[in-house]
Amino acid sequence: MSWQSLTEVALLVVLLLLLAPPLGRHLARVYAGEPGRIGRWLVPVERALLRGAGVDATRSMGWREYALAMLALQAVGIVALLALQLAQAWLPLNARGLPAVPWHVALNTAVSFVTNTNWQSYSGEVLLGHLVQLLGLTVQNFVSAATGMAVLAALLRALEPEPREGLGNFWVDLVRGVVHVLLPLSLVLAVALLSQGVVQTLASSMSNAWIDPALAGTVQESALGPVASQVAIKQLGTNGGGFFGVNSAHPFENPTPLSNFLELLAILLLPAAACFQLASSVRRPAHGRALLAAMFALFLPLALFAMRVESGSSPAFGGAPVDAQASELQSGGNMEGKETRLGPGESALWAAATTATSSGSVNAMHDSFLPLGGLVPMFLMQLGEVAFGGVGSGLYGMVLFALVAVFLAGLMVGRTPEYLGKKLGAFEMQMTSVAILLPSVAVLIGTALVVATQAGRSSLQEHGAHGFSEALYAFSSAGNNNGSAFGGFDGARPLADVLLALAMLVGRYGVALPVLALAGSLAKKRAVPPSPGTLPDGGVSFVVLLVGVIVLVGALNFVPALALGPVAEQMGSSVHGR
Amino acid sequence: MAAETKARMGAGFDASSLWASLDTAVRRLGPVRQARNPVMFVTWVGAALTSVLGFHALAREGDAPPWFALSVAATLWFTVLFANFAEALAESRGRAQAEALRQSRQDTIAKVLVEGRRDVTPNRIPSRHLVKGQVVLVEAGDLVPCDGEVIEGLASVDESAITGESAPVLRESGGDRSAVTGGTRVLSDWIVVRCTAGVGHSFLDRMIALVEGARRGKTPNEIALGILLSGLSIVFLVVVATLLPFSHYAAAESGGKVVSVTALVALLVCLIPTTIGGLLSAIGIAGMDRMVQRNVIATSGRAVEAAGDVDVLLLDKTGTITLGNRQAVEFVALDGVLERELADAAQLASLSDETPEGRSIVVLAKSRHGLRERSLQSLRAEFLAFSAHTRMSGVDLPDGSIRKGAPDAVKRWVLAQGGTWPGETDALVQRIAKGGGTPLAVARGRSVLGLVHLKDVLKGGIRERFAELRRMGIRTVMITGDNAYTAAAIAAEAGVDDYLAEATPERKLELIRDYQSRGHLVAMTGDGTNDAPALAQADVAVAMNTGTQAAKEAGNMVDLDSNPTKLIEIVETGKQMLMTRGALTTFSVSNDVAKYFAILPAISVGCYPQLARLDVMRLGSPESAVLSAVIFNALVIVVLIPLALRGVEFRPRAAAEVLRRNLLVYGLGGLVVPFVGIKLIDLALAAFGIE
Repeated sequence: MSWQSLTEVALLVVLLLLLAPPLGRHLARVYAGEPGRIGRWLVPVERALLRGAGVDATRSMGWREYALAMLALQAVGIVALLALQLAQAWLPLNARGLPAVPWHVALNTAVSFVTNTNWQSYSGEVLLGHLVQLLGLTVQNFVSAATGMAVLAALLRALEPEPREGLGNFWVDLVRGVVHVLLPLSLVLAVALLSQGVVQTLASSMSNAWIDPALAGTVQESALGPVASQVAIKQLGTNGGGFFGVNSAHPFENPTPLSNFLELLAILLLPAAACFQLASSVRRPAHGRALLAAMFALFLPLALFAMRVESGSSPAFGGAPVDAQASELQSGGNMEGKETRLGPGESALWAAATTATSSGSVNAMHDSFLPLGGLVPMFLMQLGEVAFGGVGSGLYGMVLFALVAVFLAGLMVGRTPEYLGKKLGAFEMQMTSVAILLPSVAVLIGTALVVATQAGRSSLQEHGAHGFSEALYAFSSAGNNNGSAFGGFDGARPLADVLLALAMLVGRYGVALPVLALAGSLAKKRAVPPSPGTLPDGGVSFVVLLVGVIVLVGALNFVPALALGPVAEQMGSSVHGR
Repeated sequence: MAAETKARMGAGFDASSLWASLDTAVRRLGPVRQARNPVMFVTWVGAALTSVLGFHALAREGDAPPWFALSVAATLWFTVLFANFAEALAESRGRAQAEALRQSRQDTIAKVLVEGRRDVTPNRIPSRHLVKGQVVLVEAGDLVPCDGEVIEGLASVDESAITGESAPVLRESGGDRSAVTGGTRVLSDWIVVRCTAGVGHSFLDRMIALVEGARRGKTPNEIALGILLSGLSIVFLVVVATLLPFSHYAAAESGGKVVSVTALVALLVCLIPTTIGGLLSAIGIAGMDRMVQRNVIATSGRAVEAAGDVDVLLLDKTGTITLGNRQAVEFVALDGVLERELADAAQLASLSDETPEGRSIVVLAKSRHGLRERSLQSLRAEFLAFSAHTRMSGVDLPDGSIRKGAPDAVKRWVLAQGGTWPGETDALVQRIAKGGGTPLAVARGRSVLGLVHLKDVLKGGIRERFAELRRMGIRTVMITGDNAYTAAAIAAEAGVDDYLAEATPERKLELIRDYQSRGHLVAMTGDGTNDAPALAQADVAVAMNTGTQAAKEAGNMVDLDSNPTKLIEIVETGKQMLMTRGALTTFSVSNDVAKYFAILPAISVGCYPQLARLDVMRLGSPESAVLSAVIFNALVIVVLIPLALRGVEFRPRAAAEVLRRNLLVYGLGGLVVPFVGIKLIDLALAAFGIE
């Protein structure tokens, strides 16, 4: 691993620790309806939007109403996005005259963007015109991210010590997330990216003459579009659906090391800030810090491991005298599927960050990672996208694991388990179990259906253990709403598209709905004041326990599948294909 | 607790109870019984499936060698059996005790009074036909035929059948000693009792049902844990079920062998939390049983569990924090009065005073001033007993009267006789009261002699006990009828966190509600009828067995020893029950890691030989690896039965400390132990030629 890569990791951690706390406090203020000095001038925008939509902002919703509002919005989103793609041929802003998107790709894409997964069954520049990108994808990039943040806001209200009936107003939360958080941050990031050369235009392509004299007379067509605006929210909202098919590996999406670093930071920023949002809104600073510590404890070792693996030599070389050292003349490491301007360390770090969060944007092809390097992103997704997870969804997923941890710990210290002072009963454990169980079940059953059927196996590009990894990766990505692709897996077939879409729905609503139900039940409870007899909600032993529970649940669920995929591949001689 | 009771209730396991439990365990192997517990039901289905596969393999080629499938099947049946055995063993303790109780529930002849009249010959009917509200006469030598309230008369009653205490107790109409329990025996005199419970609903019946565990409903935490365990089982079911298509794919790609269903079933049973699933019900029964061993009868498991959550203890000062009564510690004479003169007068006034306070004055007079007891008759003295009205007691002697009592009462008496009340007296009264003592004024005729300083005596070790409770995060509140000065002084001396002075039943109830509204769980003890509302409001309410029927009905526990200090032990028992569940769950889940390392290489080498490198334990063969893991899984249940019944070690420590310790023992231990255990079993199997 090069010193540049390590410096980058250190810089990333320091900047996150500097930026996340104030952003977290801002988030808490925004959802409490007190956006502070900076946010105050946006309040009229928020009010106007809500008034225009006829929303009674003072009305607090019970968990069922809140969930229904969310589902209604998402259903409309899916239908609208589906319609936009199917009707693309007749719609404006389609300079290249692209035809309608195939139905299964359109369905998959609609579900994918609404669920904040952003799995790309399509290749942006090939299949989608600007209208679909702007009105469909970019809109959902904001809405799906704001939805996750709204669900988290509702849960955090439920965790406040005083009992309450309502969880807040979904529409208000949605609008506040977009107006006070996502839009301003995106604007700042988009401008920063523009400075690095990310393109932003309504023109659809440009033609350049080849420099290579052998190709004189022919021109190179390069696709263009409103890229910077979409990339900004793609990274900030843990969306991950790139403007181009190859995502942030494309030089127009991510041209320089600085743009790479900014995009990396943007992926982790909001999920990390959520910990401080919790600390601020339920007034448990120690707990917020503990959750963030657990996230780093899961992310950093795995990221460093992946960086080390990718900076080393491939096991396929065996003992052959291959120089994989970084030097003046070569980047070293495993460079297949990576961009030379980024190198193996930065690519592996991005791979870990994009799968630790539910972003799923890529700057290298994970399929080309070495077996153990590819295992890292896969395992990070299989942990349930909680460290750091998606915007909103990461922290509410983390809270689910914290519930399991405090449940076990509470029993072990001889008290009815409680979370932040609220007693956990049968209903809470039911919802927690369901929410933790469903994504795993979706991943395993989806993978099984693919490898067990002829139609499914036809999506696999490789054979053997690596082929299995492709399927496992695809469903781990969809079932946990990550959206990154291993490559190699051909998702654009009817069976794969539909199965993946189902996995994305389960992964999103199979967690969000139980979380809202949980919030509804916890909200009514009164918090017991802490005493030496209550379990500490921070500190080293809590972090160890929480990390232990997450790893144990992840490991126990996926170790057999990982053994038959990347582990068998690593330990075996056959790497790709037979 | 009486020694004989301890012997009766704490009986260990003899061979016969082990055999009886084993017999019960075998009879409970049916699927209907197992369906109550999802984890064990999955094990049962696995056992049945592998049995079928084994016999199928015997007949023709199966998916695994017949010996292997049948060995796995046998081990799984034993797993179910061991879980049944744990439950049966836990129940057997209670059953022995229920038997002893049942013997005292002899059918007897009840003498029912016609219209409650004692002058008419009573109707004699079998006690089992008694109904609530009937009035019966119980005379010396009779068994009390029903639970009830004494409405007339007074008798000494032998309650050893219930409490194990052989000394008879007094029962009389009115007041706080009016409750009698069916099955106890009247030793002398007679009482008229109104039945308060019909057949099958008596205290004894409830006790029998509870100790037998017959009506043991699942507690809230048990249900929540059950849900988590079921959730885990479902996930593992999916994990194992999807391994089959995964293995088919791998076999087709590599030309290797598909995993056998037998091995998959073995993996499933190893992964689902059978250890805690198998012991869950035994832990609950044993928790109730530990209460019984401490001579506390809880009306439900829920109450036992709630005891673990209590964070506020309301403790009556008298009897719990202090020894029953105050003692004289000092004679404080007024200026110009000799202390000996005061002691002499105080002693005379107390000679016939049989209250402990009175006795202590006599004792102090003797030890301080060598004053011997004198005969009142020879002095021709007339004794005046203490009354709530006069709040004084004393003697009338031929040469004048002596009074001792509450200072204000004595002051009135002195002034009424034309005497004076020196100003310094009030200052002395204040001084004693502020120090937590109770001043008694002593006056002879028209002159005040001085004060006797009465003091509460703390029970030994009580201060340390409260410090322990504080470390556990439990707040102690002293309840007393004393004034605020006295209460504050004693509270400081005893080290309680708070106190309620001049307590009335209403203020007690108010205090409980106040704590509850702030999210606390409150425990208290009580015995009198006026305690009933507070008992009903408290989360854990322990009624003294000597208390009234109303108190017993309002509480959710009855302490047969009537020892208020036991509240602390009750809290510990409740905590211990939860801790045992948590510890075994953690242990059970951590075990899975080692089991994976044993089974996963064994079932995947058929397709990917390179995965043999995951076999860090270097087990004999794929078959012996799988077998070792399931055998370990079954044996660990048996090994942990004593822990489940005894409960994990309880130490009064802060939650953070307890968590660290238990995580280390049961979490880390759970990770390490099975590696060793599985390896040893594998070696043993190799020794028997199974490889």
